Amino acid sequence: MTRAGYRPSHELVPLVLSGSRLAIARMISRAEGGYAEASEALAELYKHTGKAHIVGITGVPGAGKSTLVAALIKSLTQGGRKVGVVAVDPSSPFSGGAILGDRVRMNDAAEANQAFVRSMATRGHLGGLAPATLQAVDILDAAGYSPIIIETVGVGQDEVEIVSAAHTIVVLSPPGLGDDIQAIKAGILEIADIHVVSKADKPEAGAAVAALKGMLALGPARSGSTWASPVVAVSSVSGEQMDKLTATIDKHWKHLHESGELAARQRNNSRTRIFNTARHLFQQQFDERADDLERQLQAVVNRETDPQSAAHALLGWNQERSQREI
Amino acid sequence: MATTQKRTSDIIRVLVAKLGLDGHDRGAKVVARILRDAGMEVIYTGLYKTASQVVNAAIQEDVDVIGVSLLSGAHVPLFRELGKCLREQGAEHIFVVAGGVIPEQDYPALTQSGVDLIIPQEARAELIVSNITELVTKRGRI
Repeated sequence: MTRAGYRPSHELVPLVLSGSRLAIARMISRAEGGYAEASEALAELYKHTGKAHIVGITGVPGAGKSTLVAALIKSLTQGGRKVGVVAVDPSSPFSGGAILGDRVRMNDAAEANQAFVRSMATRGHLGGLAPATLQAVDILDAAGYSPIIIETVGVGQDEVEIVSAAHTIVVLSPPGLGDDIQAIKAGILEIADIHVVSKADKPEAGAAVAALKGMLALGPARSGSTWASPVVAVSSVSGEQMDKLTATIDKHWKHLHESGELAARQRNNSRTRIFNTARHLFQQQFDERADDLERQLQAVVNRETDPQSAAHALLGWNQERSQREI
Repeated sequence: MATTQKRTSDIIRVLVAKLGLDGHDRGAKVVARILRDAGMEVIYTGLYKTASQVVNAAIQEDVDVIGVSLLSGAHVPLFRELGKCLREQGAEHIFVVAGGVIPEQDYPALTQSGVDLIIPQEARAELIVSNITELVTKRGRI
């Protein structure tokens, strides 16, 4: 078989914009692999983003996120929409490898090419997303996909990175996991624009809905929003209420536009993203300059310098500047 | 801090697939686990896939390798179909690795259909890993 050679990223840009799935997929890999060569192309593609409705789906492991996404793909593509999905699963802390199994549940719609589904491993990143998740979303956005669904890894109570990555946050709670005290704790439940209780065919589902509604009755979690987060109970076994969920997601998008909350949310998301990217670059810089780090480390251990000065030296800040700023 | 961290651009991505009417996926899952433990990212498709479903998934995931495990005896026509789909979709750059119960007399037919590597069922874990790694690294990323 003939094998193609390396195709420079800037050549992929027009192909991504025209919707070539091969080009979209390759571009996502380049972003994920941190190819320096791809950064200009990604910057070019970013100019074409900002059209898509980004929906985050999060919840504990086994809550039914992938199953829910599969049902959403089905419901949304029936309406003729081009749905993009970025599904994140954890990388092994030991080997760095990963088994990305979200696709197993999303087969029908995804493989019929009505949707573009990309699995992504966290590659050591904590917080529920992978380092290149938002770049993958950008690429799908530029290619004309909307809505774009981000499925986080199975999260705990405090991995809420998704909150500044999406426009609409759906938090999925399976029944039988906790009581109404669990429901008033801070963290993941607070970030929901839409609460979904999965496995509604189970008898405990009613109690989960009641606990969430009880929490919501105490007041809105997000200040400055006039949106009242609804609770929707769904079952993928019976297909119950899936259309209602799709309608609720659309309604929230409409609300963000009409209330003017969209601009604030987008601003906030961009700020977090710049900050996170800068932090990632710092980390990279540290990793690349392992020798400098080792030298500073030895000096700190020997009490020749202090941790603060060592950090400044590693960041390339001179003493005068740091004196002035502190 | 992780000391043996690979550069992320070097991570090999593999789609492990089951083609056609073949409900036995223990082998496929064991191989998926072996590849994971070797630091690869493995996407599993689930059972009863058609060739075009597998190719569509492989394209969206931009994998380096499609690994197909077949125990049904229908490997010759199924790999022919898979090779055809890859060509039609412009995805011949993805390597195809065959595993499962495949008699040696069928090897030439599979190679002709575009199978790059056939792994016999008695192959040890290290051999599977080293063969796939060699296949991908020899060409380099495209």
